[in-house]
Amino acid sequence: MADKPDKPSAAELKEFGDAADAWFKENTVRDPGFMLPLTFMEVSTDQQFDFLRDWQRKVYEAGFLGASWPKEYGGGGMHSEYQRVATRAMKKHDAPIMLNAIGNGWAGPLILDLGSEEQKQTYIKGMLTAEDIWCQGFSEPEHGSDLGNAQLKAVKEGDEYVLNGSKIWTSLGDRAKYMILLARTDFEAENKYKGLSFFLNPMKIDGISTSRIKKLTGEYGFVQTFFSDARISADCLFGGEGNGWSMAMKTLEYERGAKVKPVGGYFVKELDVMQIVELAKNSMRNGKPLLDDPVMRDKMTQYMIDIQALNLNNTRRRMPQLMQDKPMGLPLMNKLARTELIRELTEFSLGFQGTKAGYYVGDENAVDDGYWHRSYLNSFSATIGGGTSEIQRNIVAEHALGLPKTR
Amino acid sequence: MDNLGNIGTTEEQIELMDVATNFCRDKSPMDKVRALIDDDLGYDPDVWKEIGELGWLAIAIPEAHDGVGLSMAEVVPIAEQMGRNLMSTPFGTTTLAAQALLAGGSEAQQAAWLPKIAAGCAVTLALSEDSGDWDLSNIACTGKQDGDQLVLSGKKQLVRWADSAELIIASVKVDGDVRFALIERSALADSALRRESIIDETARSFEVTLDGVTIPADALFDASRTRETIEKIELTAGLIYAAEMCGGSQAVIDYTLEYLKTRKQFDKIIGSFQALKHPTVDNYVEYEKARTHLYSAAYSWGEQGRGEVAVRMAAAQAHSSYSRAADRSIQFHGGFGFTHDCDAQLHRRKAIFDGALIGDAAYQRSKLAGLLFD
Repeated sequence: MADKPDKPSAAELKEFGDAADAWFKENTVRDPGFMLPLTFMEVSTDQQFDFLRDWQRKVYEAGFLGASWPKEYGGGGMHSEYQRVATRAMKKHDAPIMLNAIGNGWAGPLILDLGSEEQKQTYIKGMLTAEDIWCQGFSEPEHGSDLGNAQLKAVKEGDEYVLNGSKIWTSLGDRAKYMILLARTDFEAENKYKGLSFFLNPMKIDGISTSRIKKLTGEYGFVQTFFSDARISADCLFGGEGNGWSMAMKTLEYERGAKVKPVGGYFVKELDVMQIVELAKNSMRNGKPLLDDPVMRDKMTQYMIDIQALNLNNTRRRMPQLMQDKPMGLPLMNKLARTELIRELTEFSLGFQGTKAGYYVGDENAVDDGYWHRSYLNSFSATIGGGTSEIQRNIVAEHALGLPKTR
Repeated sequence: MDNLGNIGTTEEQIELMDVATNFCRDKSPMDKVRALIDDDLGYDPDVWKEIGELGWLAIAIPEAHDGVGLSMAEVVPIAEQMGRNLMSTPFGTTTLAAQALLAGGSEAQQAAWLPKIAAGCAVTLALSEDSGDWDLSNIACTGKQDGDQLVLSGKKQLVRWADSAELIIASVKVDGDVRFALIERSALADSALRRESIIDETARSFEVTLDGVTIPADALFDASRTRETIEKIELTAGLIYAAEMCGGSQAVIDYTLEYLKTRKQFDKIIGSFQALKHPTVDNYVEYEKARTHLYSAAYSWGEQGRGEVAVRMAAAQAHSSYSRAADRSIQFHGGFGFTHDCDAQLHRRKAIFDGALIGDAAYQRSKLAGLLFD
């Protein structure tokens, strides 16, 4: 990668931030007339998909996505501070999410980190424009948390691999052009991990089909992907045969935010705590404001303490002087702490609604069009996906606290 | 919500963190902590002298009074390391008393005492009474003017390190108003102090009988500054004890981890069992949240509004995380955990004591709720 760009002066940064602020103010559409997904895992209808794809391209073209990725591959080539400022403006205007999460958040950093020049030229720009949607093929119907035991078969024949098996919980799987795929190339390897390889796999080819899965919310958003004698070029192998596990672990690091090459933006809408405080303030209990109830008041206060801590942790993570003792602790606990808090908090918010907690999306009597119910049910996508909270606890225990493995 | 603060550090803070980490570890090994439990004084006078010589008592005192001229933010890493190593000394009470003097003391009172404190003289506060109320203005002790004397009466409780302190700053009611009285140790007979039996065996605390004690009538803080003095005491104490409890949480989690990594049952290291490792991770997460709040409170120190929210968040989270981590440490040590020899109980007791002094997590939250929602 080229030399690091210079750190901008405060004035340069302010000018860029003002421009971003003005752009998002002008261009952000918050209510397109249909419900916008809160996360990239909830994109259900063509309308939603088209809207978000267009939105990402628009943000990219304005220079507020991938601003700090290398220019030669389609990025802005600027210092990462610029992107941070742009993302802040995005948040401030409550802009919709970036759609291409697996591409920009996981595959992109991996390719930029370890890919060949040709791979960078081939893949990076298309994922920034959202022209090329990416998905992730890790979990299998029989192998979820035990990812290392994945069984999808990749057999080398000449300069091709032949794929057979199935992947599941593939967000955007029916829309994606590429999948980052974990497959077994060696069934005789000395342990389960060493038999795995990692592929940048094309989706729109013969032998690959998808079937939609209906989520607990009633929406669609992910699929099961079937591989039946699908043939891909041997060039799709990434990181060398037998290195699949370490590649997958690296993508999970990007996913957990432990090693960040920030493309910018966000793929999941952060919960706006003030919205919950507002909801609480507007709710009644026994004829009095809900926040006069000492139990609700105490719980809400504890959640405020939790939210503030996790928000500040994002800053503290960049301060090595406050990270000396267990340097992997904060980065590795982030997903666990944040996703569990959002689940608890959205569940808590249902209790504010009294009888109205009985309504759901689609009914005119539902509070905030059922936003809170949908948020609570969808929160499980994050406490289960990308490694369940239980697996996250093992990861923190083993990699940050030095406790022995469970197996 | 614009009263939520940010996080940051100062160079001096990080330098002091490094020095304090080594000093407290070297000067307060566990066998020494244990030996001091049975010692009358309760701390090592040589270590106390060194603390004075290091200038740690002078950190948050202005240069005009022979201090270093930094702020409480720089005291935080020191208190944190003291808590981590269960290093008990009059450091906390003396620092707190200095801040009280800065908030409410007259120029003459500040000039008389702050340079002494900066040089290593121990001072303490007498605030609590039999009501057990954390509200510092809910007191019954009184001071009655008699010519140029003030005659005190009543009893003060939980006066830490009173036997070592050259000055006790006591809250009393004068003509119905809360005032802070400066009582020199020499004005108290030895019989006025009764050593209390307290839950934290590493600390020392006394009941002080004020009946019959007389002080000069002008040995009072300015009447107009009572409110800000109370606020300053609450927040300074909140910050100091949040720091100590945060360090203590870290220590008790590390102590638990050490056991989980070495103890074997069913032919396995017990730290491999998820029934033990998962709650330990949860406790660790709560500790890291407490530390984040602590350095946010240090960073926001002195900011109107934000300062109080940040300190109370830090105190609430530190107390709940320390209590929980120490409670689980006792349990996870099994039979040994039930013994006096297991260090987990030292931490569990200290968490109870610190919560009793400044208001526990639930109390901090009830104060916070008013700041956040009303």
